[in-house]
Amino acid sequence: MKLAVLGVGSVGKAVAQLSREYGHSVVALADSKSAIVDPKGVKVDDVLEQKSNRMPLGDASLEDIFNSDYEVLIEATPTTLESAEPAFSNIKAALESDRHVVLANKGPVAERFEELQSIADGSKGTLRFEATVGGSIPILSTIEDVGPRNITSVRGILNGTSNFILTRMAAKNLSYSHVLSEAQELGVAEADPTFDVGGIDTALKCVILSNVLSGGGFCLSDANVEGIQHISNYALNLADKSGLTIRLIGEATREGVNVAPMLVPKTGDLAVEGTQNIVQVTTEHGGVLNLAGAGAGGGPTASAIFLDIQRLIV
Amino acid sequence: MGNKLRNSPRAYVVRLELADRPGELLRVLEPIASSGGNLLSIFHERGDITPRGKIPVEIDLECSQEQFESILSSYVDLDIQVTQSGEELYRGELVVLLIGDAIANDLSSVIASIDASGSVAVIESSVNRSSESPAEASSILRLAIKEGNQLQAVDSVKSIVSKYDLHFMTTTDHEVSQ
Ligand SMILES: NC(=O)c1ccc[n+]([C@@H]2O[C@H](COP(=O)([O-])OP(=O)(O)OC[C@H]3O[C@@H](n4cnc5c(N)ncnc54)[C@H](OP(=O)(O)O)[C@@H]3O)[C@@H](O)[C@H]2O)c1
Repeated sequence: MKLAVLGVGSVGKAVAQLSREYGHSVVALADSKSAIVDPKGVKVDDVLEQKSNRMPLGDASLEDIFNSDYEVLIEATPTTLESAEPAFSNIKAALESDRHVVLANKGPVAERFEELQSIADGSKGTLRFEATVGGSIPILSTIEDVGPRNITSVRGILNGTSNFILTRMAAKNLSYSHVLSEAQELGVAEADPTFDVGGIDTALKCVILSNVLSGGGFCLSDANVEGIQHISNYALNLADKSGLTIRLIGEATREGVNVAPMLVPKTGDLAVEGTQNIVQVTTEHGGVLNLAGAGAGGGPTASAIFLDIQRLIV
Repeated sequence: MGNKLRNSPRAYVVRLELADRPGELLRVLEPIASSGGNLLSIFHERGDITPRGKIPVEIDLECSQEQFESILSSYVDLDIQVTQSGEELYRGELVVLLIGDAIANDLSSVIASIDASGSVAVIESSVNRSSESPAEASSILRLAIKEGNQLQAVDSVKSIVSKYDLHFMTTTDHEVSQ
């Protein structure tokens, strides 16, 4: 497939670098300031080298990208809330010209799911967004295969940053603020960690899941969200003595979304450690499916994007 | 077969009223130990004295029906006042973790308010706190559900502790939608 990749951060870059390995070519690439279009295939290594030297990717415009002969638009620009712009307009433009769209960006499917679905319904192109929930873990494809109607709830750990913090606080008996600053030094947490530790990132993913389960109807403001900022190592210690630990759990059902720290058995399935993610899909007749793996990072997220592209082909 | 049933252990609850003097609790526990019953928990609310000046105590234990009868008759012999007894009245258990100042300053009143709700009873509590950071003080409570289902019990406890500005957390098994 011929890919147009918007966003050249950790995700967009990994998609561009791995595209050849998965049998695809990049015909257009854009970051926040510049763009390049090459119908014969962008020379990814050269262009990324240029970008690392703070040079523009090329002299194309966004309009040139939409006029090129790409087959799939990959949306990997930063997640924005409410209007979810400029991603929403980019997706709309691609679908309206009957191209496929694959998202890493959570904003559009969390905030404007129904609008996007109706645009996709009128398009020959397909909209897919496996990478928006749980990185490399094929959660949305599993839901698609089982059938959303056969699923009662999806819950789990969908934010590696908060899971890293809770795991390390419990293991080393360290305070929240101490471990947060460690995580920032390691690059596991952002300078402003609110999005992750405040539960918003988990909530966005759960809103997407609730939208998939019920065919739309939810956005971030519908979610009940509580973060981990108030969790003390005193609390983790006590939980430990009862054979329990604390995890930030998101739950998506057709009724809505709840995100809050919860007690889980220390040796249970939900007590994954470090930046790992896990989801439990409760099915109507097939019991509970546990899916775990790397929930973030360039490579894992790109692998979910390639999974989506593969499903466009077959 | 009748014998087998009589001998298989099950959960019982005994409510007693004890005189407020040293050694009373030990007197109550002795028959349980000597009959070979398994003590699960004791709830002893010193702050909740009855009009007759007695202290209510609730004991959860596990034993055979035969052992249970022998324990009750020991209480008659020892002149210990049993207010209620029978097979476990509880509909299940709930574990909650609370974080906040009120744990450091006011735990007994938090527990009393939860008990006063009537829908749950605190059967065990543990606390972890330091004087340097009272806001981080934490407590785990094990609650017996007396009325309604687990979700209703969760809501009831949640609304009580929110009056104390406490952060509330429970286990995941109560969050799965039916
Ligand atoms: N990182 C993960 O593990 C992960 C996992 C799942 C989903 N996601 C989602 O995937 C998306 C990308 O994540 P990331 O980690 O790669 O982000 P990132 O490292 O911050 O990169 C964002 C990229 O988007 C570019 N960009 C910003 N505004 C743009 C615009 N208007 N038009 C075109 N490009 C624009 C930036 O350009 P400059 O280079 O010029 O700044 C940058 O290259 C986000 O929506 C994120 O939520 C990420």
